[in-house]
Amino acid sequence: MSPTRILLSLLLIPAVLAPAAAATRVHEYRLDNGMKILVQPDRRAPVAVAQVWYGVGSSYEYGGVTGVSHVLEHMMFKGTPKHPAGEFSRIVSELGGRENAFTSRDYTAYYQVLANDRLPVAFELEADRMQNLALPPEEFAQEIRVVREERRLRTDDNPNSLTYEHFNAAAWLNSPYGIPVIGWMTDLEHMRVEDLRAWYERWYAPNNAVLVVVGDVDPDAVHALAREHFGAIPARDLPDVKPRTEVPQRGERRIVVKAPAELPTLLMGYKTPVLTSAETDWEPYALEVLAGVLSGGGSARLTRELVRGQEIAASAGAGYNGFSRLDNLFMFSAVPARGRTVAELEAALEAEIERLKNEPVDDLELERVKAQVVTSDIYERDSIQNQAFQLGALEMVGLGWRAGEDYVERIRAVTPEQVQAVARKYLISDRRTVARLDPQPIDPARPPSSFDGHLR
Amino acid sequence: MLKTTLRLFLPVFLLLAAPLVSAAPRIQHWTTDNGLRVYFVEARELPMLDLRLVFNAGSARDGELAGVARLTSGLLNNGAGEWDADTIANRFESVGAQYGGGALRDMAWVNLRTLTSDADWLETALTTYITVVGAPNFPQRDLDRALRNTRVALQGRMQNPGEIAQTRFLETLYAGHPYASDPLGTEQSLDTIRREDLQAFHARHYVARNGVLALVGDLDRAGAERIAARIAAVLAEGEPAPALPAPPARGEATTLRIEFPSEQSHVLIGQPAIARGDADYFPLYVGNHVLGGSGLTSRLFDEVRGKRGLAYSVYSYFLPMTAPGPFMMGVQTQGAQAEEAIGVMRDLLRDYIDKGPTEAELAASKRNITGGFPLRTASNSDIVEQLGMIGFYDLPLDWLDRFSERVEAVTVDDVREAFRRHVQPDRLVTVVVGG
Repeated sequence: MSPTRILLSLLLIPAVLAPAAAATRVHEYRLDNGMKILVQPDRRAPVAVAQVWYGVGSSYEYGGVTGVSHVLEHMMFKGTPKHPAGEFSRIVSELGGRENAFTSRDYTAYYQVLANDRLPVAFELEADRMQNLALPPEEFAQEIRVVREERRLRTDDNPNSLTYEHFNAAAWLNSPYGIPVIGWMTDLEHMRVEDLRAWYERWYAPNNAVLVVVGDVDPDAVHALAREHFGAIPARDLPDVKPRTEVPQRGERRIVVKAPAELPTLLMGYKTPVLTSAETDWEPYALEVLAGVLSGGGSARLTRELVRGQEIAASAGAGYNGFSRLDNLFMFSAVPARGRTVAELEAALEAEIERLKNEPVDDLELERVKAQVVTSDIYERDSIQNQAFQLGALEMVGLGWRAGEDYVERIRAVTPEQVQAVARKYLISDRRTVARLDPQPIDPARPPSSFDGHLR
Repeated sequence: MLKTTLRLFLPVFLLLAAPLVSAAPRIQHWTTDNGLRVYFVEARELPMLDLRLVFNAGSARDGELAGVARLTSGLLNNGAGEWDADTIANRFESVGAQYGGGALRDMAWVNLRTLTSDADWLETALTTYITVVGAPNFPQRDLDRALRNTRVALQGRMQNPGEIAQTRFLETLYAGHPYASDPLGTEQSLDTIRREDLQAFHARHYVARNGVLALVGDLDRAGAERIAARIAAVLAEGEPAPALPAPPARGEATTLRIEFPSEQSHVLIGQPAIARGDADYFPLYVGNHVLGGSGLTSRLFDEVRGKRGLAYSVYSYFLPMTAPGPFMMGVQTQGAQAEEAIGVMRDLLRDYIDKGPTEAELAASKRNITGGFPLRTASNSDIVEQLGMIGFYDLPLDWLDRFSERVEAVTVDDVREAFRRHVQPDRLVTVVVGG
């Protein structure tokens, strides 16, 4: 794996969400039980993607049951009275479909990609597991072991993921964004099937779900089909979602993570508002542009100045995602070049940040970032899954899909002064958390658990 | 920030790159005067163009200079014509064009995605791309930096048990063969690589008769021919790369255990198996779908993950390459469970070779593969990658048109016999890292 790929996977910054410009192609419907349906025709190929999104993810969790949203996602493939464990996947497979599901901080989603005439089967199966999940204890006993293996694979044996997890937990004191999506191992070790049932009954309801279909379909026909399959599912009273607003940070936080590793790595995150929380509505767009100036490709500053110019970083990246439910971090991550130290690298990153505060961004740089946003907006339409993903994610973070409609225009409107203003306001050390991976010898006698000490 | 690829989510299972298959877009094919083979699909719906040049210039061509193929590929855009790396990056990105390239064992590729709706932007992107491909100058300073960063990448690999397993597995399977060496090279080989080596590698391998150009997008045939001619014009005619040697004969079963301080053991089991163009491709592809190729429904998934909860990811695949590529089964599991998982997988394979799939399993897999056929060419990026693959491996032009019927024709006996011909369960290499 190249250093760049390490960093990208470690940054875990979700996408800029930049759906359709100009005339909307989205058709919106709502069933009587509150379920929302979004349909976007794309007739290039006789296929469609159907996604069911639920408004629940790790940021709805609390101590003791962390990871429950993700484990429930796994158990959604373990059957209903009508379709026993494995049958959902078998049916979708025999239809020639591809399927998967994913859990994030703000949502849990399930999808099938199919020939467009096979949507009815997908809807029937999704409607069934929305209301009749069996959660058999013997299946749970196996599946929770699978999830623990998943955690070992993704996090415990990966020094970069481990560093990110500790960094994230240090950055957030009370915001649920400090909770890892996969959950802490101790919570996975003590999870019970009853925890899943409670979670399912609390959150899996049509009035907490959005159905998104993109592909070669007729929107009204999709609406009718959805009403047939999902229309009779009763709405539920949804729990109160507490704001859990992060307490103001009072000074810089620094942590060191020791793990068997070869490469030192630096992570820095600055607390920033997002579209749902910003008091000044252009600020998140200015932060997006700022991230593009620093990290939008080979001509962006971090690669141009730190990787190529000063040759101080083997790789360096920055990222910001304003499309989240709660306040987020403006992230930097970097690996020093051979012979350079993390301290030198941090100083170089700081110098770039100071420059952004002191000098307005060059017009040409700004034009480049905007050109990339405009063209990405077109390129995104090459993938029906990306189009559907953007619509669903915007719904789940509480902005609604229309927030994507004027994204390109809002980015285009950002000025050099606004970029400078957000750099001055938010990229300050008192709002910052810094983590350093301190590589320890790769000694087979000392597994990761001997460093992070989880009890077993 | 500009991509939808960096998502914070956890899928229910790991998606593996599926072997490329497709519905059937209309492929136009021609060869330029100097021998560059061109594959084109007209797609007018979106105002964009995807270009993919593929050369027989992967690390299998490194020779003594392990790493030179990857460095050549990586440095193309670090200086070309009159431009330095900053200028090239800025020329692409100021018009929103996306440039990318890379090199694995067989192929090296150079991709461009650009808008077609603005003639000036299109021209800037194309001129830059053509210069990068045809006139790179490999500046010494950029090479020095790339060498240092490659060493960092090599070091990074040593903290990743999955990558260690993959590297050691192929090293063992292909001892003495060009596929044995790591595309990154080694600390020692990197010491010996000079600027002249990259220039020579480019001059020998980035030539018309050693390459394939795929184009998909908002162009007519005449427009595609003009672009293809401009690209071909900056390439020397050259020669195709010579055939690769056959992989070494399979020896006795061996197990390589590598200590590593990880919670999980990373296990790979396999042997060299089939080349692209092998007549047994379809029985092996369809047969493997049942065994371990099909996400949530395969036998391996069912036995190792579903029934025993031993792992999150378990799979098998054949990787057909220019020379016979590997068959492999893989799993990651907590150290104490590794022997159990390995035992289950070996037994499954032996049983499968013995008895083959059931009629019902085979029928279900065929329905998945053929029913899902339209999904395989649903996007321009899908299509351009497949055109590159068809061209590179010199597959017939009706490869996509006839794919489904060839899948349908596979019988239980075909699968069993093809597996018997290509997989010998008593001669498997097993690599276990960590746990």
